[in-house]
Amino acid sequence: MAEVKQPDGVQIDLISGERMDGLASMEKIRMILDGVRDGNIVILEEGLSPEEESRLIEVTMTEISPDEFNGIEIETYPSSESGSSGLFDRLMGNDSNKKLTVIGPANRIETLHKDETLIQTLVSRT
Amino acid sequence: MGLLKNLRSSISRAASTLFSEEESKRIGIYGPPNAGKTTLANRIVRDWTEHGDAVGPESHIPHETRRARRKENVEIERDGKTVSIDVVDTPGVTTKVDYTEFLEHDMEEDDAVRRSREATEGVAEAMHWLREDVDGVIYVLDASTDPFTQVNTMLIGIIESQDLPVLILANKIDLDESSVQRIRNAFPQHETIPLSALEGDNMDEVYDKIAEYFG
Ligand SMILES: Nc1nc2c(ncn2[C@@H]2O[C@H](COP(=O)(O)OP(=O)(O)OP(=O)(O)O)[C@@H](O)[C@H]2O)c(=O)[nH]1
Ligand SMILES: [Mg+2]
Repeated sequence: MAEVKQPDGVQIDLISGERMDGLASMEKIRMILDGVRDGNIVILEEGLSPEEESRLIEVTMTEISPDEFNGIEIETYPSSESGSSGLFDRLMGNDSNKKLTVIGPANRIETLHKDETLIQTLVSRT
Repeated sequence: MGLLKNLRSSISRAASTLFSEEESKRIGIYGPPNAGKTTLANRIVRDWTEHGDAVGPESHIPHETRRARRKENVEIERDGKTVSIDVVDTPGVTTKVDYTEFLEHDMEEDDAVRRSREATEGVAEAMHWLREDVDGVIYVLDASTDPFTQVNTMLIGIIESQDLPVLILANKIDLDESSVQRIRNAFPQHETIPLSALEGDNMDEVYDKIAEYFG
């Protein structure tokens, strides 16, 4: 992704669901982690599937290295009716699990408050 | 209904004596670091096996468990019926590991760096087990801390998406600041059982539920 970095600003990548739809799971994870490792905040319009979240945790773990990368902070709203989307919904693409997701470097993003309807985070510059 | 259930359980009992090797379900004990997973695993193994050696060390320092450890064929007896499970104690799941936090626990830098590297490998391994190698999950939470974390939300979501049976345990109810209700509110779609793995409080109900969910 094009980098337009201000010297002391914070870059935010807002990634549409449409853009994510065209990518394979590992491409999505690569795109997220590349952004986060550059110090950016990545916001996904539609989030990841549980399977992709599981792989994101796994790949994040393999990339953590002392004094270089501490991992990620990730926030989504909990799905209120978990597991409610049936096979039909999933086939029709009416996946009720689509949820706004914020991901950032663990050392720069801090969750201040979280409940079912509100997530407040603090992003520091360095 | 009752008749059918009896019939089914007597068939499964017959099957379990015939194929006792294969019958054990692999139950992963998951949850965030420091929730008491290993304390619970050790208690289960101590309560139901003859030479109940510990599954692994317990510690107040997070990421004590850094390798998934399995104890095979733990036979839990409930209502004259035996439920055989493999208990898999897993490393506490997180999305971040900062070795400098271990320095606060009086650890040398070398040891802290090594612990952090092992911890990240362990979490990756735990995620892998969850996708491929477990038949059910015991999800352990420290009831004295906020259950509304992203790791908990994601892991419960991952477990649900795989249609694995899951039992949520609200651990450390011996602590004054614990709240079982807070966990029930966070995961209303699942049953939450309170316990103290350390003190052994309410273990009877825990074993009843293990038999019900994973038997
Ligand atoms: N008060 C209280 N403390 C507990 C209880 N269960 C575990 N602990 C303590 O909590 C700390 C963590 O316990 P562990 O069993 O090592 O936790 P864990 O979930 O295996 O942690 P990791 O392996 O690091 O992921 C230890 O100091 C235990 O003694 C409990 O029921 N009550
Ligand atoms: Mg442990």
